[in-house]
Amino acid sequence: MIGAMVALTVIKLLAASGLPVFVIILVALAAAAAVCMAVGYTIERIAYRPLRRAPKLAPLITAIGVSIILQNLAMLIWGRNYHAFPPILPTSQHEIFGATITSLQVAIVLIAALMMTGLIILIHRTRLGRAMRATSENPPIAQLMGVNINQIISFTFIIGSALAAVAGLMVSANYSIAHYYMGFMLGLKAFTAAVLGGIGNIAGAVLGGILLGLIESLGAGYIGDLTGGFLGSHYQDIFAFFVLICVLIFRPSGLVGEKVSERA
Amino acid sequence: MNAVLLEARAIAKHFGGVKALTDVSLTIRQGEIYGLIGPNGAGKTTFFNVLTGLYHPDGGDLLFAGEKLEASAPHKVAKRGIARTFQNIRLFGNMTAMENVMVGRHARTHAGVLGAVMHDRRTTAEEAAIRRRAEELLHYVNIADRADDLARHLSYGDQRRLEIARALATDPKLLALDEPAAGMNGTETAGLRELIEGIRRDGITVLLIEHDVKLVMGLCDRVAVLDYGQKICEDVPAVVQKDPKVIEAYLGGSVA
Repeated sequence: MIGAMVALTVIKLLAASGLPVFVIILVALAAAAAVCMAVGYTIERIAYRPLRRAPKLAPLITAIGVSIILQNLAMLIWGRNYHAFPPILPTSQHEIFGATITSLQVAIVLIAALMMTGLIILIHRTRLGRAMRATSENPPIAQLMGVNINQIISFTFIIGSALAAVAGLMVSANYSIAHYYMGFMLGLKAFTAAVLGGIGNIAGAVLGGILLGLIESLGAGYIGDLTGGFLGSHYQDIFAFFVLICVLIFRPSGLVGEKVSERA
Repeated sequence: MNAVLLEARAIAKHFGGVKALTDVSLTIRQGEIYGLIGPNGAGKTTFFNVLTGLYHPDGGDLLFAGEKLEASAPHKVAKRGIARTFQNIRLFGNMTAMENVMVGRHARTHAGVLGAVMHDRRTTAEEAAIRRRAEELLHYVNIADRADDLARHLSYGDQRRLEIARALATDPKLLALDEPAAGMNGTETAGLRELIEGIRRDGITVLLIEHDVKLVMGLCDRVAVLDYGQKICEDVPAVVQKDPKVIEAYLGGSVA
């Protein structure tokens, strides 16, 4: 949400400047990522680090609190209105097997795939990624290996925030809209996708996201027929949370996530 | 006589009213295998935890290689050259054996965020060096064939060996082993003994907590005995074995 809002603001400021569209997008992206990284780092410092030794429920409550604070701050800064995303991107429609897809959506899928690949490489193939996984599994032992866990956790928040900034920009570009409350449902859905795939497994999260998106879109399309016109497509959220409940009941470790089952 | 590597001066640690360590002083010399024994609950593991910065001591100082050890900063302790294993094995179970050892190289390598993102030549070279060293260490402890298995899938004895390899990956001056032979059979213990002797030959000082008295007495140059958080004896094994206080601690007070 913050990423989308910052990017939107930058795009609006630069829209009249006559700069090439891609330069504007890149600047907006850089600004959004920078702001989100700073926010992510700050949140970790003031809201999570003091709770490092607290029971597991405490950071969860804090997370909810922080999200409420962020939403209200954003509301104060950008107002309660929906902001239309300026249609500066050239876009064209294509038909693939009877489905319509825009060039913007193709770009979004490609960028998402690129970011996921980058993240997987970072986590599985680099010294930093190993330190991250070691820290997530057992912080004290990671420390004994010379890992400065506070530093690693800060980096993790910064990287996550940067990715969120890009995601926020892509979402608002796709739906041509940005709003201070847009992140709420996205966060819940992202969580659902991660649980569906299996927490702690990036490939699983990708799979969960794609599946969830398909279930939701198809569900929204057919929900009218399924319920004899009783429920309309605005009830599409039912599907996401129905999936979440089913996964938690029948396969709490997720589709590909047998690894952390003992921790659930 | 070799130079002093680690000097503990009057270390104290309390947990509420329980005095886990009282006034424990001991000196470990460069290149020796130093045994720390004592009945259950004598404070051996607490001493390890203080040594590696996991616990903050309530009193006393630790001098390592002539400099004071900063308490309660475990990642700094690792950089100074102290590595340890655990009584109850604590590996990163969801990482492969190889990755566990590679994490151990963390303290001796530098690539940061920038390197991870840019993948420049120095980072790639360092990564290759980390992998090479990890392979060497897996060979060294004889579990190279299990390199790509998840640590939690390894057999008990192999997990102990992996933990030692991971500790060695930090290039320690002092390797602290907390009951490495616990739960091992005779053959495994013999293999372990060879491994520890090899480590010492490579110039690494070894601090050993162990219940297997035969192993300790056969392996260690000097032995300290803890009882109820106090050091009751420190000498060569032959003398320690005959010390009446040690016999009393292990077999209970004489009937009088």
